[in-house]
This record gives sequence, C-alpha cells and structure tokens, in this order.
Amino acid sequence: MRRALPAAAVVAALALAVSACGGGSETAAPAPAQSAADPSQISGEITWWDTTRPDSEGPTFQALIKQFEAAYPKIKVKYVNVPSDQAQNQFQTAAQAGTGAPDVIRSEVAWTSQFASLGYLQPLDGTRALDQQDDFLPGPLSSTKFQDKTYAVPQVTDTLALIYNKRLLKEAGHEEAPKTVAELKQVALDVKAKTGVNGLALNVDSYFLLPFIYGEGGDLLDVAGKKIVVDSPANVKAVETVADLISSGAAPKPATTDSYANAMTALKDGKAAMIYNGPWALSEIHQGKEFADKSNLGIAPVPAGSVKAGAPTGGWNLAIYAGSKNLDASYEFVRFMSTVEAQGKIAKELGLLPTRTSAYSTPEVQGNADVSVFKPIMDTAVPRPWIPEGGQLFQPLLEGYQALVSGQSEPAELLKKVDEQYHGIMKGWS
Amino acid sequence: MALSTGRAAGTASDPAAGGDARGRRHRGERGRLRGSLHRHWYAWAMVTPVLVVMAVLIGWPLVRGVYLSLTDATEANIGRTIGVNVIPSSYEFVGFDNYVEILTSDVFWDKLLWTVVWTVVCVGCHYGIGLGLAMMLNRKLRFRSLYRVLLILPWAVPAFVAAFIWRYLYNSDYGVINGMLRAVGLAGVGWLDDPTTAKLAVIAVNVWIGVPFMMIAVLGGLQSIPKELYEAAEVDGATPWQRFAQITLPGLRQVSSTVILLGTIWTFNMFPIIFLVTRGGPGSETEILVTYAFREAFTGVRDYSGSAAWGVIILGLLVVLALAYRRTLRRQGEVW
Repeated sequence: MRRALPAAAVVAALALAVSACGGGSETAAPAPAQSAADPSQISGEITWWDTTRPDSEGPTFQALIKQFEAAYPKIKVKYVNVPSDQAQNQFQTAAQAGTGAPDVIRSEVAWTSQFASLGYLQPLDGTRALDQQDDFLPGPLSSTKFQDKTYAVPQVTDTLALIYNKRLLKEAGHEEAPKTVAELKQVALDVKAKTGVNGLALNVDSYFLLPFIYGEGGDLLDVAGKKIVVDSPANVKAVETVADLISSGAAPKPATTDSYANAMTALKDGKAAMIYNGPWALSEIHQGKEFADKSNLGIAPVPAGSVKAGAPTGGWNLAIYAGSKNLDASYEFVRFMSTVEAQGKIAKELGLLPTRTSAYSTPEVQGNADVSVFKPIMDTAVPRPWIPEGGQLFQPLLEGYQALVSGQSEPAELLKKVDEQYHGIMKGWS
Repeated sequence: MALSTGRAAGTASDPAAGGDARGRRHRGERGRLRGSLHRHWYAWAMVTPVLVVMAVLIGWPLVRGVYLSLTDATEANIGRTIGVNVIPSSYEFVGFDNYVEILTSDVFWDKLLWTVVWTVVCVGCHYGIGLGLAMMLNRKLRFRSLYRVLLILPWAVPAFVAAFIWRYLYNSDYGVINGMLRAVGLAGVGWLDDPTTAKLAVIAVNVWIGVPFMMIAVLGGLQSIPKELYEAAEVDGATPWQRFAQITLPGLRQVSSTVILLGTIWTFNMFPIIFLVTRGGPGSETEILVTYAFREAFTGVRDYSGSAAWGVIILGLLVVLALAYRRTLRRQGEVW
C-alpha cells in the first residue's frame, strides 16, 4: 500500500498533464505536477516481456527499444522474450506471487480482460500511455476495455485468412482463390487430382474452427443475452462442413498433435496448396522453399459459409503490470511503442498489421504487400467476446474437434458435450 | 508435525544411543524424549534445521493445500493488493464440496482407470524388461560395461528432451516411425491422433525411460546373491528355471519390493511424459490424474481449491497404496 500512494499521485499528475494538453474529459485532483513536466527526463529500468518469435521478429522490436532509449536516455528497457504459449501462465504466476512480473507485457487480446479481471493490470485511462484513442481500429480497441476501464493499448491486430500456393492452384486450373467453402472443397479436390499434393491442410485447433462457425452465422456465446449458443444448428452445420472436407479427401486427415506445425510444413514444402493462417505466420512461410519467390504466395479472405465470410479478430496489446515500480517509464514505453512510426516500422519489416487507422496511409505500411493484402481482410474480422473466461472456452472445443477428426464423435454429439462443459465454465449463463 | 519430529529424533538418536537403549525401555515415552533431549542435544541441534526446512517446504504447503481444498478459492477471489488494484478476499469454507464434486464425476473415474492401467502396465514392463536385461548383463560377456553404459543412456537423457524426441518420432506426417513404415510400403499411423495408439505410444516412451533404473537396481540385487547358492543348486540338479524361481527371485525380493513401490509412485505421478508427448490428447484421452489436476489448476482463471482437492485425492490414493503394499510385504515376513 505504501508503494501505491506515490504511484497514485503520479497517476493523478499525469492525468492532469494529459487533460491539460488534450482537453480530455478526465478529471484529476490537483497534484504536484513536476514529475510529468518533461517526459524525456523520466528515469528507471523497466522489463518488457515480448512474445514474438525471437529469430524472425525479435530484432525489429529490439531496434525499437534502442530508439526508445535514445529518446528517453534515463530509461533502460530490459527485453525478455517469452514464448507466446507460455507467457500467459508465467505472467499469472508472477503477478499473483508479486515477484518476477514484468513492467510491460505483450498480452494477447483474449488475455487482457482476464488479467484485468484478476487485478493484475494498471488502468491506463488518463495516463500518457494512451494517445489518440480514436485512431485505433474499433475491434482491437474493444479488447483493451474491461468494465469501462482501459487496461492496455493495441499493438498489432490480426485475423485468419486463406493462404495459398498460387502455382499449385494454377496447375489445378484455378486462377483465383475460392470464395466459398463449397468452392474451397472443389479447388482442393482439383489440386489433389491434378497435382497429386493435398489441397487443404487443416489445423486442428479451436481458433481455426471459428471461421467455419462464423461462416454459418454461428458463435460460441451470446454475451449480450448471457447465453451459451455453441450447440446451435448453425454450428452443427459448420462442424459438418469440416468433417465433409476431411471425409471427401479435400483435406487429408489432419494430425492432432503438432497440427499447426505439420500444416505449416506442408504448405512451405509444397505438399499442401492451402491453409488457414494469420499474418504472424507470413515471415515463417516466406522461409519455405515454395515461397522463395514471394509472389507465389496468395492471401485471400477466408471462404464464406452459407451466411458470410468471417474470421476471429486476434492480435496483441501492450499492458502494464499494476505492481510495476516504474509506472511512469512504462507509460512512456507503451506510448512510444504504439505510435504511428513504431507501428509503421513493425508493419514494414514484419508484415504485422497496425492497430492505428492512420498508420495504414503511411508509405511504409503501404509498401508492404502482405499488409496491404490483409487490410481488406480485416474488414471480415469478427471481434470475439472479451470476457475473462474467454481463454477457457477453447479447450473443450479443441477436445471436440480432435474427437471429430479421430472419428470418435459426430458433429451434433460433440457440440452437445462442449455445451455441457461451457455451462461448467460460465456459471450463471443460460 | 509431531509424527515427523518423533521419527527424525528416532533416527538421529538411535545409533548414538546404542547399548543403553535397553536400560531406558521401562521409562515412559515422555521421560525418554526428555532424556534423549538432554543427552543428545547436539544431535537435536543438528536435526533442527532440516526439520525447519521440511516444515517450510513440505509441511506448510501440504497444510495450506488441504485447507484450500476445503474452500472455493480461485485466482479471482483470493485477496491481494497489486499497485492501485485492491481485491478483497472473498473465498469461503465449503467443506467437502470439492471432493464430492470430483468423486461423483465421470471424469475422475475415467482418469483413475487409465492411470491405474498406465501404472500397472508401465511398472510391469519396467520390472520385467529391467530384470531380463539385468540377468543378461550379470553374466560374463564381452563389452559388458559398454552394454551397461548404452542401456543406462535413456535414464541419463532429461525427460523433457526424451519426450520431445519421441514426439518427433511419432509425428504422423514427418515422423521417423511413419517414414520407415511408408518406406516398406505400409500406411502411416497417426500415433498420437488415436486414443488407443496414443496410449500405447506414451506407455512405450515411459517404458523406454524407466527400464534403466530398474535394470541397475535389479543388477545390484543380483550381484548380492551369493554364487554358492547357484553352485549348490546346480549340484543338486536344479533346472535353470528352478534356480531362477527358487534363488534369484527370493534373493531379489528386498530390492524388488522397494523399487516396485518407488516405480509405482513415480509412474502414477509421471507428469512430464504425458504432458509433453501428447499434452493429454487426443481429447483428454491420455490424461492421467496429475496432468488433469494440472490442467484444472492452470487453464484460464486458476482454480486453486479444485486442483488442491485433486492433489489431496491423488496423495490419499498413493498413501493407501503404500500402506497396503507395506502390509502385504510384512505379512510375507519382510522387515520393511
């Protein structure tokens, strides 16, 4: 508590400073304002947990840190790369224990509300971490809110797309990517028949099932009505579609272990013509031998189901640990990392999608072909319900998907089982 | 606490007490304790740090775990203050609700059945193969020490490294095993994608890792059996099988009983193999009790009370098993 008092004073001081220059709506108690007078004089050491791939993406972020340290000579940033599949767990452990948690964490959009609900994140409203909130894309921005407070700043956004090998599709007689799931099946079968390689490689993962579910107009939850809607006719149809893709031979029976890696390897080696994946995978795909010629890589919106084309909104936010000893420095760091310039550099070098609307009109971003291809696809992205329990919904669905693939379960039956498990997670929902 | 103090004091003072223990036997328990404190204060002083460390590292978490299992504590309702965020403690004592919920769920009995199958098969193979290899290595043959080193290698490989290697071997599209099958014209098998093959696969990995320990332990036991017994039996015209059944097995009993109990407890709680090779999949088919408890504890908002209850139940099962085992051995005349 003793630590909280000066921190609160600083928050108030910063709020005052921001509202003074931005004319914002935040009110703040009068406080000694000397600390926020000159941001470049803030001092301290902060730790940042990054979750990007250390080999292909890490260097860009480390270069950004160098720029930040040049602009803020008294702040030192300690860069720690934590694998994205472990960061959530490790942060929870460290934050709960009160030791070892970083000051700033790259938090996946679905984790943010969970961390916030557990009290691990610093509310950022009125701090210098937030800058021009109106400029952020609405989908990513919505993931930073929890109970009317802002707990993070959107860093990058993404969604799933259909990523394909143009050469293989051309050999099968298709110039264009399939627009519907029915076309997807046909194209995949043609590829299989004419080139001998597999048409579509599926990744057995709940997240990758969502485009099929959204495509039929289904969803997992109805948040407004506090209802669990996973066991709906639309979802049954979606899962039947997937089952049909496998049984018809459009997609080979996918591996359920290392599913993602196997699908990626198949695409990179030219053993499969199409996969579903997001912009984060592009730097890895370009390393594949099929895509030494970058123009061979095709990116298209996910094929539409009978209702629409829709893929989940993903992405990453930057959030600040509430127990940070250097909140001021952390605010500055988050602010710096989410400027148009920083986002432009990330987009240009890594093909990750900016979260600021204005970033898309900069020459750096427009110069990156992958980003300009993904931009319209983002329009089909469906925001997921940002609720603390969101992260728990995937495991039951994954188990169902695996049971479907291994022939243990039928679509309707598996969704019924998922529905039962959701009722155990979402207490009090109907 | 009282139990462990008593036991530790006993081990510490017995060797020193030696001959005069008989003279003090008539005195009461309390008097003996005081006497021991008085006479062996030095031994007590030496033991105290260990006791304190044990109490802190084992005793306190155990007590805390049992307590949590009787509440509805989760990550969300345990009180804490982090910076400006103050979350009040709002969990309650709920008695045995967690236990009732677990013991009445199908999933517990499913996992228990598979855990028992897994343990019995693994320990059976460990012991059987370990014994066989030990018998072979106990004879004079060329390159014996080389074979010993090679056979103990799996044990020297860290479990997680072994798990990842096996996971790669089993990969359905790019794995070495399927590569060999395809090379001879057979269809590949989705080793980790089907519940039955996945179960066989994890058992195979665990057997591979666990055999060396059994082999070394049994080899030590074999070498302590006097050669004269075999010679005498041979003179009496005993067949090899008779020699094995009448000399080797009884001679190994003491070693075997210990390593089988240890192996059972280890295998029952063999977390890394299951977690790293299959992650409990496909579905949750290969999940044993400990990996399931881990998943309960560490997905999403952590459920401290529920996973503590799982932990206490697993501990209880193992304690019951150890007691029953000890009793059987004692009935057979083992001093253990």
